Amino acid sequence: MQFDPRSLATQLSRVKGLGSAKSGTKHFWHQRVSAVALVPLTILFVILLISLAGADYATAVKTLKNPFVAILMLCFVLAGVYHMRLGMQVIIEDYIHTEGTKLFVLMLNTFFAALMGLSAVYALLKISLGM
Amino acid sequence: MADAKTPASRPLSPHLQIYKMTLTMAMSIVHRITGAALYVGTILLVLFLIATASGKDAYALMSAVYGSILGKLVLFGYTWALIHHMLGGIRHFVWDTGASLTDPARENIVKATLIGSIALTIIVWVFVAVK
Repeated sequence: MQFDPRSLATQLSRVKGLGSAKSGTKHFWHQRVSAVALVPLTILFVILLISLAGADYATAVKTLKNPFVAILMLCFVLAGVYHMRLGMQVIIEDYIHTEGTKLFVLMLNTFFAALMGLSAVYALLKISLGM
Repeated sequence: MADAKTPASRPLSPHLQIYKMTLTMAMSIVHRITGAALYVGTILLVLFLIATASGKDAYALMSAVYGSILGKLVLFGYTWALIHHMLGGIRHFVWDTGASLTDPARENIVKATLIGSIALTIIVWVFVAVK
């Protein structure tokens, strides 16, 4: 980037290059990295759903107990809730313009993603280790 | 900033209703809607995992609800949203590289993801039906 002698930015902020939003492209990048991870994980998840459709209890537990299935499901769930939190954050920021409401809904977004993620992890670990 | 309570009457950027709808625009909207639907749909995944972790009775109840006509309809929609959003994400990876942004190419890739998502969803459910 060319140095603009009229710029009011400090040298440090120019070097950091994060701009006025102070986070640069981090949000976009995390969205994309989690998206890349989710492509193969989603394909495996859909295959798992096909194999578990109509399955009885014993089969479902046995399948989810398999370490490969369990670990990939943990990856899918964690990448998924992270990705959906980032995505919903953008939707909220696009449509809610009242500062207080926006802040509150953004918090709910984080809480929902954490609740979904932790619940799924708890259930998967219980199936894998505790039954 | 002196009086933050009074909203300044600054010009706003034009929104959806100003522009003529294009295919890429419609698919951008669909990508956001499917993303939001999957966000809510995470509840279905978590309920499935918790039911399985809770034992035979909870699993049987979950199976009955998910296996009902309405349940299957919702899961069919969930499958399509998941596959469509995934293909939309892959489309964005292609666009991120700068490829397929020219006139016929961008429309073609959009059509390909739409047709692909519908075809793959049907294939998934054919697998579920015949197994």
